Amino acid sequence: MFENFFADPKILMLGAITGFLFGLLLQKGGVTRFNVILGQFLFKDFTVLKIMLTAILVGGIGIYGMRAMGWDVPLHIKNAALVGNVVGGLIFGVGMAVLGYCPGTGVAAMGDGSRHAIFGVLGMLVGAALYAEAYPWMKSEVLGIVDMGKLTLTTASGQSPWWFIAGMLIIALGVFLFIEGWELKKSKYFRE
Amino acid sequence: MDCKIKNLIKKPRWSPYWVGAGIGVLSWVTFGLMGKALGVSTTMVRAAGALEKIVAETHVLSNDYFVKYFGTAVDPKPVFEWQFALVIMLVLGAFFSAWLSGEKFREEVPRLWEWRFGPSRMLRNAVAFLGGAVLLFGARLAGGCTSGHGISGSMQLAISSWSFFLSMFVAGVVTAFMLYGENGGEHV
Repeated sequence: MFENFFADPKILMLGAITGFLFGLLLQKGGVTRFNVILGQFLFKDFTVLKIMLTAILVGGIGIYGMRAMGWDVPLHIKNAALVGNVVGGLIFGVGMAVLGYCPGTGVAAMGDGSRHAIFGVLGMLVGAALYAEAYPWMKSEVLGIVDMGKLTLTTASGQSPWWFIAGMLIIALGVFLFIEGWELKKSKYFRE
Repeated sequence: MDCKIKNLIKKPRWSPYWVGAGIGVLSWVTFGLMGKALGVSTTMVRAAGALEKIVAETHVLSNDYFVKYFGTAVDPKPVFEWQFALVIMLVLGAFFSAWLSGEKFREEVPRLWEWRFGPSRMLRNAVAFLGGAVLLFGARLAGGCTSGHGISGSMQLAISSWSFFLSMFVAGVVTAFMLYGENGGEHV
């Protein structure tokens, strides 16, 4: 029934190590907690945004840096089937605010002692199975409405990726300064 | 020096900037060494398909979406691949991290939820289950989740990923305020 069940052991090992470190970082970062995720959506706690923007910047500099040095690092761009991306994103956001986790943090939250996350992960399996049933319809009716293929800001504009990375860096630094300033003001206010 | 490392390991929270940088470096490993993008939600499709296969094998093998990931009966692809290992180890990594800092966190019903919807575990678990299903359905429609699209895709400057990231954030904020109201923030 399951011929060829396991992938190449070397790549499995690397995946396992990455997963372990990813789980550790998510827990140390506090995002395996319902209250931190909801705190972000309620603009009370900006941990999620800080982690995501930093990861995007550091990751982007590394990947485009490795490519600039001539290393063979292929990109993995997902299709810009924009209706799917946007509607899927909206549905995802609703689910994330209701569950209080995204898929990665929900799985990690089970290891961090969250009991209700277990039910969330079981629900995720059902959601995946439901999407498999809906896929033929989505493919013919939704995903094809706008499909621009593997489009990036670089290929769309014809500009160097470093312009966009520099722009992201400036915007992120501005956002971080603003958040830190706001948090400092808030903590002073509560001390008085 | 030794003491410093010990303190860092025991510290229950690290700066979100360092954590984000660490996740960014992990993506160098997946892109550079493994030729893969860091992601999570595809594994939910594989796991759901593998479970469904036990009861309805022909149905799974005839579904176009599962075929994308499992291959066909003649030409099967591995079920347990690198991301499956990653997702399982996420649980252990988070568990180990909590153990390092000596945290004994148990949560049946989150504080904010209890303030708004009461202490019933049954209600919370049922809604968590529903939320999880909605979440994954959306992720697969969009083509990825917070890690695959939000982090890995955005860092590659993908248009699809930035569209996902912005829409999920807007929907999350609107839903959170609809569920908990303006005063919700006081109870986080």
